[in-house]
Amino acid sequence: MSIDVDTARRVAKLARIRVDESDLPALADELNGIVTFMEQLNAVNVDGVEPMTGVTPMRLKRREDVVTDGNMPERILKNAPDAREGFFAVPKVVE
Amino acid sequence: MLDLTYTAPKPKVIQGAKDDWELVIGMEIHAQVSSNAKLFSGASTAVGAEPNSNVSFVDAAMPGMLPVINEFCVEQAVRTGLGLKAAINLRSAFDRKNYFYPDLPQGYQISQLYHPIVGEGEVIVEMGPGVARHVRIERIHLEQDAGKSIHDMDPTQSFVDFNRTGVALMEIVSRPDIRGPEEAAAYVVKLRQILRYLGTCDGNMQNGNLRADVNVSVCRPGQYEKYQATGDFSHLGTRCEIKNMNSMRFIQAAIDYEARRQIAIVEDGGSVTQETRLYDPDKNETRSMRSKEEAHDYRYFPDPDLLPLEIEQAWVDDIAARMPELPDAKKARFMGDFGLTDYDANVLTAELEAASFFEAVALGRDGKQAANWVINELFGRLNKEGLAIGESPVSAGQLGGILDLMQKGEISGKMAKDLFEILWTEGGDPAEVAAAKGMKQVTDMGAIEAAVDAIIAANPDQVEKAKANPKLAGWFVGQVIKASGGKANPAAVNDLVAKKLGM
Repeated sequence: MSIDVDTARRVAKLARIRVDESDLPALADELNGIVTFMEQLNAVNVDGVEPMTGVTPMRLKRREDVVTDGNMPERILKNAPDAREGFFAVPKVVE
Repeated sequence: MLDLTYTAPKPKVIQGAKDDWELVIGMEIHAQVSSNAKLFSGASTAVGAEPNSNVSFVDAAMPGMLPVINEFCVEQAVRTGLGLKAAINLRSAFDRKNYFYPDLPQGYQISQLYHPIVGEGEVIVEMGPGVARHVRIERIHLEQDAGKSIHDMDPTQSFVDFNRTGVALMEIVSRPDIRGPEEAAAYVVKLRQILRYLGTCDGNMQNGNLRADVNVSVCRPGQYEKYQATGDFSHLGTRCEIKNMNSMRFIQAAIDYEARRQIAIVEDGGSVTQETRLYDPDKNETRSMRSKEEAHDYRYFPDPDLLPLEIEQAWVDDIAARMPELPDAKKARFMGDFGLTDYDANVLTAELEAASFFEAVALGRDGKQAANWVINELFGRLNKEGLAIGESPVSAGQLGGILDLMQKGEISGKMAKDLFEILWTEGGDPAEVAAAKGMKQVTDMGAIEAAVDAIIAANPDQVEKAKANPKLAGWFVGQVIKASGGKANPAAVNDLVAKKLGM
C-alpha cells in the first residue's frame, strides 16, 4: 500500500486538519513510512486466529438503566466558544 | 390456535412513457430504544428538558470520558430481535463511524457495522385479508443518536442541543423485499405495532422516535424474480436512498416521486446515480444531498473503548420466556376464540391497549357483540372526542355490565345505547344506573299481552287491513312498544301480535 499526495490531501480533509499544498508531499512520505513499518505485521501467519480486542480476559462493563448524570448545562457549555440561551451556537449549518 | 396463511400481493406497476416498471424498496428504520438512561451514559432520555441539561460529560465527548453500556438497552434490542423472529448474536461489537457535524461532539457515532447484535428475521406485512408481504430483516444494530440542530433561531448561527446525543437507537435494516409505496408504509405501521407491543420503542414519529431511510430502485417486470433466484443485485436498477422521514404519508409520496424520477431518467436513455436524497414535503420532490457525498467515507474501525458485547444464551432465553403476545398471534387468537372477522381482529389488535380493553369486555361474553360495541360505540365515541383508549370515561367493566344487562334481556339495544351515553357523561354502575333511570325492558308476558289486546281492541280497522296484508302487523308492534314507553321486548311483542292476529 502506498500513499500519494491525493490520498494525503483527502485524509487531511476528512480529519479536518489544514495542510498547505506544499507540505503534502512530505506528509505523504511520512504516512508511507508509517504504513510500510506496520506492513511488517503481514509476515505473521494469523490463519484461524480470532481478531484480538484486549489482552485481559475481561467482560464488557455494564451499567443499570438508571439516571445518574446530567443537569449541569452550565458546565457542559463552559468551554464553548459561543453559547446562547442554553445552546451551543455554531456557524450556520443547514442542508 | 388459528394459523393464518397468506398469499403474496402483486407488486405495484408504474407506467412510464414507454414501458411498465416495478419498484424495489428496502428500508432502514431508526427506532429509539425505550429506556431511562442513554446507551453509554447515565444521562436521562426524557424529552422536553431544558437544552443541554440531559447531557453527561460522556455525551459531550469531554476528553478522558469512557462509555459504559446500558444493559437494559441491550435487553431491549434482544427483545426486539426475538419479536421479529430473528437470530440473536451472542457476540457483537461496536465500531466508530467517523464524520464531522456540529451535533456529533465525539466526531464519530458508536455503531455496530461488522458484528450487529441481531441477525436475520422477518415481518409479515398484511395488505388485505389473506394477502401479505413477508419482509426479511437483514439485521438490527445498536447505535447512538446524534444531537439536534436548530437553524431558525438566529440568522447566522445554528443552535445545538445535545439532549438527544447518545440516546440508544436500534437500526432495523430490511432486505429489498418491499414492492410499492403502500407496502412501505404498511411495513412501517407493522414494525411500529410490534415495537409498541414489545415496549422497546414508543413509536412516536412526531418526536422523531421512529424514522425511516428508504432505498428505492426501479426495474422492468421479471427482473426482480431473477434477482430473487440468484441473489444478484445486477438484475435490479441503481438505488437512491431517501433519508430521514417520519410520516407514513411522506414515505409514500417520496417513494412515488422518486420512482417516477428514476423511470424518466432511464427512459430518456440516462442512468440513475447512486446517491443520498432528501424529501421536501412542501414541494413534493426529492433532491440530492450533494454535501453528503464526500462525507460518506466513514472510516469505520472497532471502538477501542469498548470490549465486544458478549451475552449468554440463558439470559436471552429468560427474555424470550417473558415475551408478550405479539400482534399476529393475538389477531389469530381473537379470530379463533372470539369468532371475529379478519377486519375486526385487525382493528382491535392495532394497539395493545385497545386489544386488552376488548379482551376484558369479551371475556365470558359474546365476542362478536363485544367487538361491535368496542369498535362502533366506544371507538366511534373516542374518535369523535379525540380521546385515546386509556382516556375512555367508560371502563371495560362498565361496558361489560351493559352487555350483561342486554344479554339477560333486561334492557333493549336501544336502552343499552342510552345507558352507554349516561355512563360516558355521568359514570356509575350500569345495573344501578339502569334501575335508577327506569330502564327496564318489559318481559312480563302478561303485561305485554294486555297492551297488545288493548291496541287490537282500539283499532279494528287496522286489524282487518293487517289480516289482509300481514306486513302491516309491524304497525301493532310499534304501537305496543310505544305504549310501553319503549320498554317492551320487541321480539316478544312481535310473537304475540302475530299470534293474536292469527298469522
